Amino acid sequence: MTIAADQEPDLVVLYRKMYQIRRVEERLEELFRASEIYGSLHLCIGQEATVTGACAALDREDYITATYRGHGATLAKGTSVQAVVAELFGKETGCCHGRGGSMLLTDLTVGNLGCSGIVAGGIPIAMGAALSARLSKNTRVALTFFGEGATNQGVFYESLNMAALWKLPCIFFCENNLYAEMTHISKEASVQRMADRGCACSVPGIVVDGNDVQAVYRTTAQAVARARAGQGPMIIEAMTYRLTGHMFGDSQVYRPKEEVESWRKRDPLLVARRKLEDRGTKAEIIDRIHQEVETEIEQAIAFARQSPEPKAEEVSEYVYC
Amino acid sequence: MSTASQPLTEGSERILTYAQALNEALREEMARDQSVVLLGEDIGEYGGIFTVTRGLLGEFGRERVFDTPISEGAIVGSAIGLALTGYRPVVEIMFVDFVFVASDQLFNHAAKARYISGGQRTVPLVVRTQQGSGGGKGAQHSQCLEALFCHLPGWKVVAPSNAADAKGLLKSAIRDGNPIAFLEHKALYFQKWPVPTGNSTIPIGKARVVREGRDVTLIAYSKAVQLAASAAEQLAEEGVMAEVIDLRTLKPLDLHTILESVAKTKRVVLIHEAHRFVGLGAELAATIQEKAFHYLKGPVQRIAALDVPIPFNRTLEKIVLPSTGAIISAVHSSLGR
Repeated sequence: MTIAADQEPDLVVLYRKMYQIRRVEERLEELFRASEIYGSLHLCIGQEATVTGACAALDREDYITATYRGHGATLAKGTSVQAVVAELFGKETGCCHGRGGSMLLTDLTVGNLGCSGIVAGGIPIAMGAALSARLSKNTRVALTFFGEGATNQGVFYESLNMAALWKLPCIFFCENNLYAEMTHISKEASVQRMADRGCACSVPGIVVDGNDVQAVYRTTAQAVARARAGQGPMIIEAMTYRLTGHMFGDSQVYRPKEEVESWRKRDPLLVARRKLEDRGTKAEIIDRIHQEVETEIEQAIAFARQSPEPKAEEVSEYVYC
Repeated sequence: MSTASQPLTEGSERILTYAQALNEALREEMARDQSVVLLGEDIGEYGGIFTVTRGLLGEFGRERVFDTPISEGAIVGSAIGLALTGYRPVVEIMFVDFVFVASDQLFNHAAKARYISGGQRTVPLVVRTQQGSGGGKGAQHSQCLEALFCHLPGWKVVAPSNAADAKGLLKSAIRDGNPIAFLEHKALYFQKWPVPTGNSTIPIGKARVVREGRDVTLIAYSKAVQLAASAAEQLAEEGVMAEVIDLRTLKPLDLHTILESVAKTKRVVLIHEAHRFVGLGAELAATIQEKAFHYLKGPVQRIAALDVPIPFNRTLEKIVLPSTGAIISAVHSSLGR
């Protein structure tokens, strides 16, 4: 999705992207359960509005870094379903030729500098890309996705400080899903609002409903405009919730079922769908989106199944240039 | 730093310190390539604690030379971000001991970025740092950590032993395109050597035979080359002709030069200032016995730092570090004397 920050995309467009991410995640979970794909699987079901709204406020040339829960961010920044699914199959046709896998999706063609398997690992890299944009005197911005747990890592503050010190066009986008892996925020953070942590470096922070894709878009668009105008970094804290476990196989004993159910009622897709219905969007339009997305995903899975494995003799390719 | 106070002709030699030679390499590469930028602690206005970056801020300005906060993780991370988006950052980590602070970015990110992206990303990043004993600097400012970098696929590792190599290798490192750990030695910065003028680079991955010999091969790098050379000097007085190899690059290793020498002398002593256990000597010894076992007339010997943290006390520190005497003893033992 590459829509200029000053043109708010229609809600139908945003809904379509969220639905695509949701269905990719659901299908990946099924494929994982069936042992067709393997390794690790960190789904972003329930968090689709954060990445969709945020990436809609970026241009294709803008940079992102993201986390091991990065399928959604990767799709939202514009990588094809085919390239993502094939990567999870470990195939040569995947966006990283099967060398990265679920946690490490990267696609430079759309400005995705990479997802990281290390909590907070992508934050300083995005900050460096923002420094690069400033040095090159272009209007690019860098946006880094991370969870609230990452704000307890040292490199988060190091990066925030440097971004503020040098007024870099860097947006610190915190997806606060209330749990750092399996531990509730109340047991891991000394503050209630991660956005407040910007105070440490005089970086303004704003909290937004992370399950309202339009609110996320508008907030991010403001931060982007501010960054492009040379006014420096911002923290956006998007309040959201992952409706599935931290990773495939998570027992989820650490959270009450009622909590999950209450968030399910605020599922970002439901929120968007209600808005569409309220404004009179016809059911056929939504149904057609669903059908098109299903077709796209099934074609991508078929493509991945038929794709070749990486060649054994190329196992050492790509270590050095 | 006024290394060129008087005009010199191309290809001639001057006497420069190791620090001056490094400074010259940085200046030349920054002038040659606008994408080369420097980041590090106290490297701008102060000129670097070992004076390596002196004058570069004035010459190239604040858009090329960045004094950073003391934030090693973010320094290296931001350099990766720069490298992924068209720049060639040269980072100075003030002491190698501080790489542990930046280790996630160095080892989980820079090292693997290219591979795990299926070749999409390249990281033309040079991490300049200095290591080794400076006499009484203690356990957190005297380590030699080359084995860390050598162990992880993705890094190339360079450790120059003199000013001319420092300059030529740094120029090659900046042009290379891969993450390079450029390991300087703090005790060498103010020693002097002849250094050629002009655009001379030294290839990465090529060792140098410092002194030819027939009886034993002494393999060293960085400051330990001086120990090896001095041992060879003393051995010559008793008629033992030692060949001395300066590895220059630790990864990739120049196996050709090493094995050619082993085939000739049939005896090997490895010398480094890093700890002995799982040090580079272990890898070299294993490789030499794998590739040249039938040439060897005796076990490959290792002279390295003892496996204790570097003590502050002068006498104890000396006991921990490798010495010329220890090399000579190892050669004697190797020759069955």
